Amino acid sequence: MRFVAVKLLRAALTLWLVITFVFVVLRISGDPTDILLPDDVTQAVRDFYRAKWGLDKSLWQQYLAYWQSLLTGDFGMSLRSGMPAWDMVMERAPKTLLLGVCGLGMALFIGIPLGVIAARYKGTAIDRGVMSFAVFGFSMPNFFLGIILILAFSLHLRWLPSSGSGTWAQLVMPAFTLGTAFAAQIARFTRSAMIDVSNRPYMRTARSKGAGRLRQVVSHAFPNAVAPIVTIVGLKIGELIGGAVVTETVFAWPGLGRLVTVAVANRDLAVVQTILILLAATMIATNLVVDLLYGWLDPRARDQRRASDPRQEARA
Amino acid sequence: MPIIELDQLRVSILGRDGTEVQPVREVSLSLDTGRTLALVGESGCGKSMTCLAVAGLLPHRTRISGGSFRFEGTDVFSLSSAAAFELRRRNIASVFQDATGSLNPVRTIGWQIAEALRLRRGVTQAEAWTEAVRLLGRVGIPSPEARARDYPHRFSGGMNQRAMIALAIAGRPRLLIADEATTALDVTIQAQILDLIADLQAEMGMAVLLVTHDLGVVARAADDVAVMYAGRVVERAPVRRLFADPRHPYTQGLLGARPRIDRDAARLVTIDGVVPPLNAIPSGCAFAPRCPHADATCERQDPQVAGDGSGRFLACHKPGAVRIAA
Repeated sequence: MRFVAVKLLRAALTLWLVITFVFVVLRISGDPTDILLPDDVTQAVRDFYRAKWGLDKSLWQQYLAYWQSLLTGDFGMSLRSGMPAWDMVMERAPKTLLLGVCGLGMALFIGIPLGVIAARYKGTAIDRGVMSFAVFGFSMPNFFLGIILILAFSLHLRWLPSSGSGTWAQLVMPAFTLGTAFAAQIARFTRSAMIDVSNRPYMRTARSKGAGRLRQVVSHAFPNAVAPIVTIVGLKIGELIGGAVVTETVFAWPGLGRLVTVAVANRDLAVVQTILILLAATMIATNLVVDLLYGWLDPRARDQRRASDPRQEARA
Repeated sequence: MPIIELDQLRVSILGRDGTEVQPVREVSLSLDTGRTLALVGESGCGKSMTCLAVAGLLPHRTRISGGSFRFEGTDVFSLSSAAAFELRRRNIASVFQDATGSLNPVRTIGWQIAEALRLRRGVTQAEAWTEAVRLLGRVGIPSPEARARDYPHRFSGGMNQRAMIALAIAGRPRLLIADEATTALDVTIQAQILDLIADLQAEMGMAVLLVTHDLGVVARAADDVAVMYAGRVVERAPVRRLFADPRHPYTQGLLGARPRIDRDAARLVTIDGVVPPLNAIPSGCAFAPRCPHADATCERQDPQVAGDGSGRFLACHKPGAVRIAA
């Protein structure tokens, strides 16, 4: 439990740093009134809006006021639309979540088996084939793959819609685009983790007790490779989110990625901040889950954790 | 009938550049039920490779390139790979040096032993678990019921080696291969493990193939000894005769290199020179460059293994030329 408490405390600290950093960077990067108001408005109008949005106060006062409203659950108003930033973000978030989960699911579903197969047939044509696919998937930028898919399946074959988010058919290409690069990375990592494991002495024990090839891989090698794979997947979630921004733009997918692009261009401070806080919280939560999963998957980590807890030690 | 008979076994390693070296050249052995044969020799003499060939655990790019292996009269190398796999699964078990590394870190000890039982005997999971707990108790793990649910990292090296032995004897194999099984352990634990293996052997009538470079272990545990040098058995004899009357100059050198507490010696006797690398084994007797008695014949002609009719086999042109006081 102490382990979890320390992790949570660290997560809170990280979140505070992110919020502060984003706040400061956005304030010093330019005055929103320059962009939101027409060029020819008088200084009086400008000052009126600056006062209305609280931009006339010192940075320090703005920061305190921001925290005050954050703690009451108020994420501020969008300067552009006048709607609460939280509502705007929550309207889009499920779309991005859907796309992200499908992309991740596809990446795991394709990447892990490919990596396992490549490791099992290491050095053969199968291995080289899988690894060529991985390099291809890894080096293909999302925007390029997305456009190629649209050209092939929407314009030429007319099988799938090129944009929108209402139906499952509209999800296929964005999820595939987002998942491909990730699948390639997971395949590469799974392969090396499996090869590493297959050289361990316990694999020889598995062979010596008469475990067949499939049992060796599924029952003995893979459970040892899972923990490092989970770790790397957790670390790469950030890249997946970054990829989602691009992918959403290519397929006109109405998620957070598109919202943040527009909000940044407009210096819509409250919206940008809310999105970044949400993304940071997602990343932190993912890392927390990975840490907990790791302990659950590897009995050695589980014990180390107990050993680092003085109360547990006292009890033992 | 001997339980295993190796006749002129050869093992080759294929290099990436297409070259081939032979870590095992013409090894001939036989081992009877209930007996213990020790394979001794320096590192790289081919003793482990011989065991891996018998157990069917040769690593990648390594293959059997000659000779025959009979298990209770069955020519194993002529079987289909599935039949050979099945024969080994039921009859041959191995214990290795690194016990902790040889156990799967994410599986409980009990699961790993039970799995061996399920694979070798096809019993149900529940039966296998009960038997696994019994075996853990048998090899001397205290409160086996609870410890069966533990993972290997919770065990000491000695306890893991006991668990590995329990795993190996699960399903009553006919042959147990112990490849440096006690090398990494404390001397007292080492003695306990050797005694345990001897007890189990007597109880189950297993044959034991013991690989070691520790002559103390040989003297304690073996019935017969095969001394290997550069991929060949150079001398084979019952343990007492070998220790009392070593004939091959290499055996004499090995025995002479033991530290003795009852002698006052300023320094240990050593064998001059080093083991030849696998790709440069001399054409005559492989030991000739290091042998104090070698002459032109030794350098020209590889000596063949010959029995003396009383259980000793020797490959040497000038056996026992000068006896080293043992």
